[in-house]
Amino acid sequence: MTTDTLDNASTADSHHDSFGDNHDHKMTGIKRWLYTTNHKDIGTLYLWFAFIMFLTGGALAMVIRAELFQPGLQLVEPDFFNQLTTVHGLVMVFGAIMPAFTGFANWMLPMMLGAPDMALPRMNNWSFWILPFAFAILLGSFFMESGAPNFGWTFYAPLSTTYSNGSTAFFVFAVHIMGISSIMGAINIVVTIMNMRAPGMTYMKMPLFVWTFFITAYLLIAVMPVLAGVVTMLLTDTYFGTSFFDAAGGGDPVMFQHIFWFFGHPEVYIMILPAFGIVSTTIPAFSRKRLFGYSSMVYATSSIALLSFIVWAHHMFTTGMPLFGELFFMYCTMLIAVPTGVKVFNWVATMWRGSLTFETPMLFSIAFVILFTIGGFSGLMLAMTPVDFQYHDTYFVVAHFHYVLVTGSLFSIYAGAYFWLPKWTGHMYNDTLSKWHFWCSLISVNLLFFPMHFLGLAGMPRRIPDYALQFADFNKWVSIGGFAFGLSQLIFLAVVIKCIRGGEKAPAKPWDGAIGLEWTVASPAPYHTFSTPPSQQDIDNADQHGH
Amino acid sequence: MGKHKLTWLVLVSLFANSAWAETQLNLTKGVTAVSRDVYDLHMLVLYICTTIGVLVFGAMFWSIAFHRKSKGAKPADFHESTKVEVLWTAIPIVILIAMAVPATQTLIAMEDNENSDVTIQITGSQWKWHYKYFDQDIEYYSVLSTPRKQYQNQQETNVVKGKNYLLEVDKPLVIPVNKKVRFLITSDDVIHSWWVPAFAVKQDANPGFINEAWTRVEEPGVYRGQCAELCGKDHGFMPIVVEVKSAEDYDTWLNEQQQRIAAAASAEQASLSASMSKEELMQLGETTYTAHCSACHQPTGLGLPPAFPALKGSPVATTGSIKDHLDIVFNGKAGTGMQAYGKQLSLKEIAAVVTYERNAWGNDTGDLVQSADVKAVSGEE
Amino acid sequence: MSINKHKANINISTNTTSSTNINNNNKTVKKLLLVVVAMFGFGFALVPLYDVFCDITGLNGKTNDTAVAYTASSVDKTRTVKVQFITRNAKGIPWEFEPVINEINVHPGEMKLVSFYAKNNASHDIVGQAVPSVSPGLAANYFHKIECFCFTQQPLSAGKDIEMSLQFYVDLELPTDINTLTLSYTLYDITEKSS
Repeated sequence: MTTDTLDNASTADSHHDSFGDNHDHKMTGIKRWLYTTNHKDIGTLYLWFAFIMFLTGGALAMVIRAELFQPGLQLVEPDFFNQLTTVHGLVMVFGAIMPAFTGFANWMLPMMLGAPDMALPRMNNWSFWILPFAFAILLGSFFMESGAPNFGWTFYAPLSTTYSNGSTAFFVFAVHIMGISSIMGAINIVVTIMNMRAPGMTYMKMPLFVWTFFITAYLLIAVMPVLAGVVTMLLTDTYFGTSFFDAAGGGDPVMFQHIFWFFGHPEVYIMILPAFGIVSTTIPAFSRKRLFGYSSMVYATSSIALLSFIVWAHHMFTTGMPLFGELFFMYCTMLIAVPTGVKVFNWVATMWRGSLTFETPMLFSIAFVILFTIGGFSGLMLAMTPVDFQYHDTYFVVAHFHYVLVTGSLFSIYAGAYFWLPKWTGHMYNDTLSKWHFWCSLISVNLLFFPMHFLGLAGMPRRIPDYALQFADFNKWVSIGGFAFGLSQLIFLAVVIKCIRGGEKAPAKPWDGAIGLEWTVASPAPYHTFSTPPSQQDIDNADQHGH
Repeated sequence: MGKHKLTWLVLVSLFANSAWAETQLNLTKGVTAVSRDVYDLHMLVLYICTTIGVLVFGAMFWSIAFHRKSKGAKPADFHESTKVEVLWTAIPIVILIAMAVPATQTLIAMEDNENSDVTIQITGSQWKWHYKYFDQDIEYYSVLSTPRKQYQNQQETNVVKGKNYLLEVDKPLVIPVNKKVRFLITSDDVIHSWWVPAFAVKQDANPGFINEAWTRVEEPGVYRGQCAELCGKDHGFMPIVVEVKSAEDYDTWLNEQQQRIAAAASAEQASLSASMSKEELMQLGETTYTAHCSACHQPTGLGLPPAFPALKGSPVATTGSIKDHLDIVFNGKAGTGMQAYGKQLSLKEIAAVVTYERNAWGNDTGDLVQSADVKAVSGEE
Repeated sequence: MSINKHKANINISTNTTSSTNINNNNKTVKKLLLVVVAMFGFGFALVPLYDVFCDITGLNGKTNDTAVAYTASSVDKTRTVKVQFITRNAKGIPWEFEPVINEINVHPGEMKLVSFYAKNNASHDIVGQAVPSVSPGLAANYFHKIECFCFTQQPLSAGKDIEMSLQFYVDLELPTDINTLTLSYTLYDITEKSS
């Protein structure tokens, strides 16, 4: 995404790269990208990979919505439909959202910390380059005799073991590789934040963005191994005769769900905490005001992360838990509303009596706050165990997590991408096109996901390829919204390509309200930044915490 | 944009039961005390969320409208306030407690399975439900009755769909009104979930384990639901229909069932000595095949390999012995999706379907199978 | 080779404390890897932990899977508990499998013997395994099996039948709000696994 910048020394004013001649070895063409250990290159790779996966997963969703456009089976068979929903979920979670955030981490963390690179550059290269193989296996299984995984992205046993279509091995192998990649990425983030901070940058001087990635990385390190464990058990159950989840051999299929969601719930926060970090950067910038309640934001993020370990069974209220279990998990889940509420209030308070402007990153951020909160409200409704018996496994749940993941995580990614594109490419993005992207996305995404609430309440189960006639009207609208949303994302592709190729030259700091060390270096960011650490003055100026 | 969505939320809560009666927008109130409690709880949380939303987004839009740079707004300098932060931590906690109290009460009521009048064992099975009345001899499978041609629209798109498209079954579950009915729910294969929205009952069917749920329905009628847990290919095609009858009608129904069982037993006996012609067998075989086999093995007999093997040209249905073929149909095949049909179909139907499979799609073996052959495989004297 | 060179460049270019940095990095990486390994192990440890948790709470209605001795001190004649028996065949096992009696009234502390009938209708030998489950789950801890056919595998030759016994008692401590207890057996074909 970035262009080579050998002339950084001449444009960067706040630091001086005394090793300009180091760039001589830099390779060109494909080799540059294969062998790169530069955090900016790797960040670029992650971001492009995530976007390609996003389009792939989106294409699968388009087929799903086309099938659901009207009642009856028109395009696909039910089994293939299940493969579509499964792979759509896996690609979006592990291929699009998570790598996109890792891309942000790679690009921004060293620059925000005043560090020359990530702490472990070679591992960084590995953690990216194994990802394409994982997804080649996963997507390749569509073309195998068995077909792709068809047991849902939650792969509940025994549907994924005894009764699977034979794709379990590919699936497990792919998930293992994704897991290893995520763990390596997370270790790198933690080590970078702990050891690579510029002298004088204390933990409480770090931007909130860095804090959220720090906490997210810890969550990843804690739960990705559990995922690896559970898919290993799945593998041995399917092929090597163990009975972890098979009642016939003394196992228990419900145990699968406990272990899976022990991973799965923190995973949900892995996909939203970085989003909090991004909008906590953009909202203050365009409000021209410091972030309200920096410390409480840090504590709120930490407590959300901690709480995420004791709420997993709220995904399982209908599995037949004893009453006290249902009560415990209901109360804990409701409790999460408190720190999440604090965050939303803080963002609103940051905007309050600011001096607002509405550039595209700000538009996406505002949409994020509102729509994520709607996802939070439906989350609170789902937390109420008695009512969850009605909502569970319906389109209400589908609406809920798409509000959180699409208008939440994805919108924050767009906010961040527009915010830092000038830094990455050295050019301003095309403002008109970006506004089109925003408004088309905003309208279509709500047409896509809002009626799903009604469908769920009216009783439409999720993961069905065909439905009763009373659901037909809303499904038609949802599909139209889906196609429109899918097309709208191509505008973003156009914006990015235009932005890389040229456009108005971006100054070092294109947003007058922005703070952060990344704005002290030139745009585009030189290939190597902060070879000499930033000054204490710069660090203090970048401090979100205030004085 | 956000405003617009809010308006929607408010509209939903206002017109949920009146103006929007045709297309259902809101949760059903249902027909049991529990389902009404659940509905009230749902509305309570919805109102609370809407109110909070109006306040928070209101403040935000106020800011967007009046604190914009283009209107000359100068940024204020505050960036924390312990007082405010404590306040907006404490108030949500109070609200949450107010929500947790009724939720706990409803939940305790839902989990009280004691003192039931009727007990029914419900078993999920790919992709149908099995109902067994405890202490009665009555048990049967309940299978989707929407004709395939109504939903297989890949070729024909103009087939008219029935009123209860995909929500109709051959034999509904029948329960008495105003009686506490307890469900013992389990599964034969993968996890299913038995859900009837009007009762606010949704309980997973876990293989090897039983789960309990109960209901006391206050109005006779027909209530429909669906399997709520992804259970494989035809997850979307295993609906639940419950017929709630008055005490007298329920007793009549029970009597009818007993008589039907007796009649079926004597018909089985009679079929043993009867010999059916090839035409009769093929005709009955095709009907039976379409209803019970074609979901997996497909109407073409080509199956959906590898999970569901083809029957056309398969050794089992051609060169293999009739006895082995009957054994698989009668007893099922362990470790696969093939279930035992011995208890689900009559001897006559099994004889017919095996004859059909051995003679359709060019499997022209010429074999004829009679009820007595099936009886021989069944192992019963 | 050039990668190493690049890496070296970065290390040189960090600052004078680069060697301490690398040491710190290695230490942190080692610690984090330890966490990763520990959490992978924890995933597997969740299996026995789950069983312990189930034992304590009766989650999922798991009953004791080995025989226990009769330890009740008396019989509580003032209370009667209804115990119901249901059976179900998992897919693919062609056995008849039925409780001989559907339900029985017992006093807590009182020992009872009931039996289940099984017959192998297939033309080949089959090893069956009955998996018990009690509802309500909380009652599982108070339902003690002194002898049960479910403790062992049940081989049955083609066409043979058997009456299998279950000896049990209900604990005196059974919570007073539980008056009905259902014991379900699901029968599985484990011929392949047992051979």
